[in-house]
This record gives sequence, structure tokens and C-alpha cells, in this order.
Amino acid sequence: MRRKGTINYSKYGYIFSMPFIVVFLVFALYPTLYTAVIGFTDMKGVIPKPVHILDNPFQNFKELLFDNPTFRTSLSNTFILWITNFIPQIALALLLTAWFTNRRLNVKGQGMFKVLLYMPNIITASTIAVLFSTLFAYPMGPVNSLFQSLGWIDAPVQFLQDKNTARGIVAFIQFWMWYGNTMIILIAGVMGINPALFEAAAIDGASGLQTFFRVTLPSLRTIMLFTLITSMVGGLQMFDIPQLFITPAGGPDNATMTTSVFIYGQAFKGAYMYNKAAAASMIMFVIAGVLAALMFYLMRDRSEAQIRKKLRAQKKAAKAAARGV
Amino acid sequence: MAKLESTVGLKFNKTIIYIVCIGLALLSILPFWIMFVNATRSTAEIQSGLSLLPSTHLSENWDVLRGKGFDAFRGFLNSFIISASSTALSVYFSSLTAYAIVVYNWKWRQAFFTFILCVMLIPTQASAIGFYKFMYQLHLNNSFLPLILPAIAAPAMVFFMRQYLLSTLSLEIVEASRIDGSGEFATFNKIILPLMTPALATQAIFAFVASWNNLFMPLILLTEKSKYTLPIMVSLLRGDIYKVEFGSIYMGLALTALPLFVIYFLLSRYIIAGVALGGVKE
Repeated sequence: MRRKGTINYSKYGYIFSMPFIVVFLVFALYPTLYTAVIGFTDMKGVIPKPVHILDNPFQNFKELLFDNPTFRTSLSNTFILWITNFIPQIALALLLTAWFTNRRLNVKGQGMFKVLLYMPNIITASTIAVLFSTLFAYPMGPVNSLFQSLGWIDAPVQFLQDKNTARGIVAFIQFWMWYGNTMIILIAGVMGINPALFEAAAIDGASGLQTFFRVTLPSLRTIMLFTLITSMVGGLQMFDIPQLFITPAGGPDNATMTTSVFIYGQAFKGAYMYNKAAAASMIMFVIAGVLAALMFYLMRDRSEAQIRKKLRAQKKAAKAAARGV
Repeated sequence: MAKLESTVGLKFNKTIIYIVCIGLALLSILPFWIMFVNATRSTAEIQSGLSLLPSTHLSENWDVLRGKGFDAFRGFLNSFIISASSTALSVYFSSLTAYAIVVYNWKWRQAFFTFILCVMLIPTQASAIGFYKFMYQLHLNNSFLPLILPAIAAPAMVFFMRQYLLSTLSLEIVEASRIDGSGEFATFNKIILPLMTPALATQAIFAFVASWNNLFMPLILLTEKSKYTLPIMVSLLRGDIYKVEFGSIYMGLALTALPLFVIYFLLSRYIIAGVALGGVKE
């Protein structure tokens, strides 16, 4: 039977995705390419001047990577701040997930706990940054008076002047804002696991811990990959908290200077070095791309890879057999 | 006997679990509690120590804040205009784009979708300098348009809407409306969009909050005081002019956070469900 009419609807696919494509090209792709080009030029200063491609086009990149300790510090800070908030974050989220999804424990009030633990995530990061900076104020901030009345410290501490405490607090804020989010995602992941798997484990006499490590965790691999990648891309862009937590941004002694804070500082403060900022953006872009690709490769579905390997081996065997005949 | 021991162990474990969970809940509440309480205390009271009970200096702090040029209503209005318009645009056009990917069989469909998956991971800062320079050349700095229009192309939301359409939309509805003589665009607007309401609502909440909380782009583009959004105004609360006025700093912070608390406690159930949905997308 022939379909009635010869109207070809496929053109609507192009028409309906056109707004997205046009806006993407104008507001995302072109600015990205433009940023890349600026990275090779001498563009700087508030007053627009004729811009030239540098004699050595990679000059900005070279200077950033080899002669600019602040930029390198910003890269390592971004990594330190990300890893010191991500590890406790995923650990606590997994622990809470294990508790909340354990039917034998049957934890009450889960709905309320989820609402409260997720709450910091929805509040403006700028507000939280300034709030924490005020809470940790010296000498009479709320945290100082609380710690003193609890007897944890004898004299007020200059939390924001010490490199380690400043860094620790920034990492803590990130952790505090995001572990609820990660927990909810992981719980949803556990709910999506086929209940038959848990029943089978129970029949086989697996303990709670065994079930968690042998059934729950492996089934969560895709969700963990999702969390890892989104957290990583988010971590690379960490801006609001380090920018506003301490004045001048990135202090003390560049201890909380992240790559985004560095880029902002280069482009919109002092000498308005758009070229350096653009080159730094491109380096960040490449890092994000490489990390994401690597992560996808490492955490790709192993069983699928194994099947492919087996198929290849079979083919080889078949070929060998054919030759042998 | 063994059973009794394990019940005792379970009870003990549960006590620890509740203590940890209540501790974490307090950790979530306490900073904001102090913020709201200190917004009602005078700077002298705040300097003299911690209190969890409100005081009576709310209006004084408000006056000091106003006196320093903190125009909360203006900031609120600016943030609202930007967030509401960009949310409306991104929700509508992401649905339209997802519909194009799911319903029509066009040559570049798969390539286009793969492309969307790839660009989902691009950090905003990667294009910020070029974006700023481009907008500056168009004289669109200090305009809200560069903060609103890019919302039309929101790859992550297109991805989400596609998953939603794939799991809920039956192509027979589209066929049926074609037979009834409805145009393709009308079918989308009048039949498909209403069917997508749950997904639209979830995504709208997150898009709105993300835009409301955004600091980086507005900070770069908006230099006129009358155009400032709330996050930019918050960033100014750190300035030297507030150094000795802690009461008014807390007041400003509380004002910027209050609308979000209201939204959150009204919609928390949908928000939590939305976060969970976002993670299960595979």
C-alpha cells in the first residue's frame, strides 16, 4: 500500500531546528571562534585599537603556560578545589544513598531531609559567597564567636587571611552546595535498578555491604559518570564563590584563584588583557574537552567492549580456520 | 539471640543515621538562619556575639542599605525581566528543536543530535571574551538582549526534552492532527506543547533559577548601575562602603535570597523530582 499524498514532512525538521541553529551559530559558535582568534592577537586595553596577529601566534599561550606562575597556580587551584570538594561530596552522597535506599533501615523523614540537604544548591552562589565571607569575619564573626564559645579556639582566627583555611572554606562551600544534588541523583539511580537484582542477591545470602558494592555500585556506573562529568565541567568554571568570597578576588596570595577568576581578572581588571584571557579560555576549553573524552573512554560500558572483543576473536578464529582448510 | 543482637545493632545504626542526617540538615539551615536573624540586628549587636533570635533593627538596616544606593526593587525587576524572558525562550525553542529531532526524519537529524551532545559540555567561559567583544561591537553591552537571546539555543534542555518526547509522544497524535488538516506548526503549538507541560514546568524552574543566579555574564556585560541584576548588587555588598555596616550587609543578602526561599518551599517537591529526573537521563 502506498502512502496517501506525497507531502514530504522532512523539511519541517530543518525549519523547526533553525532558530536553535541560528542562535547557536551567532551567540555560541562565533564567539568561541572569535575568542580563539583573539588568543593569537595583541588585543588589549579599554580603547579599541587596530589588532594584529602576533609575530609568533602562540606567544600568549607560551607566556601563560611557561612564564606566568599565577596562571599555573590558577590551574592547580581549580583542580585542588574541585578534588577536595568532589571526593567528600561523592562519598557522603553515596553513604546517604546507601542509608536512604536500604529497606531494612527504613529511614523516616527522607522527604524532609532531601529538601533541606538540597536547599543550598538553589540559593544564589554570589549570596552564599558573601554570606560565608561575613560569617567567617574577623575578629567577631558568627563562626569565630561560635568556635570560641564551644572552646574549639582560644583567640579569634583570621580564616580569610590563611591560605589553607581560605581554600578549605571555598572547597567546603562547594561541597555543601552540591552533595544534596549528587545524593538525589544517586538515589534516583538506585530506584532505577531492576529490583530482581536485589532479590537475587538476597536469595544468594549477600550481606548489606556486599549488595552495595557488588550490585548497587556497578549499576550506578552510568549515573556516576554523569555526576563526575557535570561536576568536572562545573568545577572548571568555578567562579562566583572564589570571586566574591575574598577581596581581592583569588586571595590570600592567590590561594583561591581559579582559572575563571584569572580569566575575568585578566580581561576586565587592570590592563584589560583580552588576548591573555582569550588564550587562557582556550586552554581551559581544551582541558575540558580532553577530560570529558577521557572520562567517556574510561567508563564506557565494559561488557559491550568485551562482546566486541569476543566477536573479533571469533572472526579471527573463523578466518584462521578458513585458511587452515 | 543472634536476631536480638542484630535488632539492637540496627537500632544503634539508625540512631547514628538520624544524628548525622539532623546534623546535616542543621548545617543547611544555620547559615541562612543567621543571615535572616542578623538582618534584624544592629551592627553593634552583631559585633557583640552570635544570637539565634531576631532583634528589632530591621528598618534601620533597611534605611542604611537604601542610603548606600542598594536599590533592591530595581535589581529584582532587572533580574526578573532577564530570567523570565530567557526561561520562556529556552523552554519554547528547546521543545521545538526536540520536536524537530523526534518527529521528522531529516537527513542531518542524527548528526545534529550528536552535535548537541558534544556542545553540552562546552564551558561558558570558553567563549566569554569573544562574546563580550562581539556584543561590544554591536553596542549591546548594557542591554539585556545578550543575556536573553542566547537562551534560544540551550543544548542540555533540548537533550532533556528529546528524552521526554521519546518516552511520551505517540506519533499517531501527529498523524491524526495532519488528517484533521492541522498545519505542522499549529500541531506543535496547540497539541504537542500542552502535552509537554510537566517537562516544561520542570525545565522552566531550573532555567529560571540558573538565570536568576547567574553572575559571570551580567558582571561582564552590565556596567550601568540601573541595569544591575541582584547577583551583581550582592557582589557590591562586599565593597569598602559596607565595611562597618554588618546589619545592612545581612539585610541585602537576605533580600536577594528571600524570593528563592519562597519559590523553593512552594515548589520543593517538583524541584527534587526534577533533579532526580535530570540524573536518570541516559
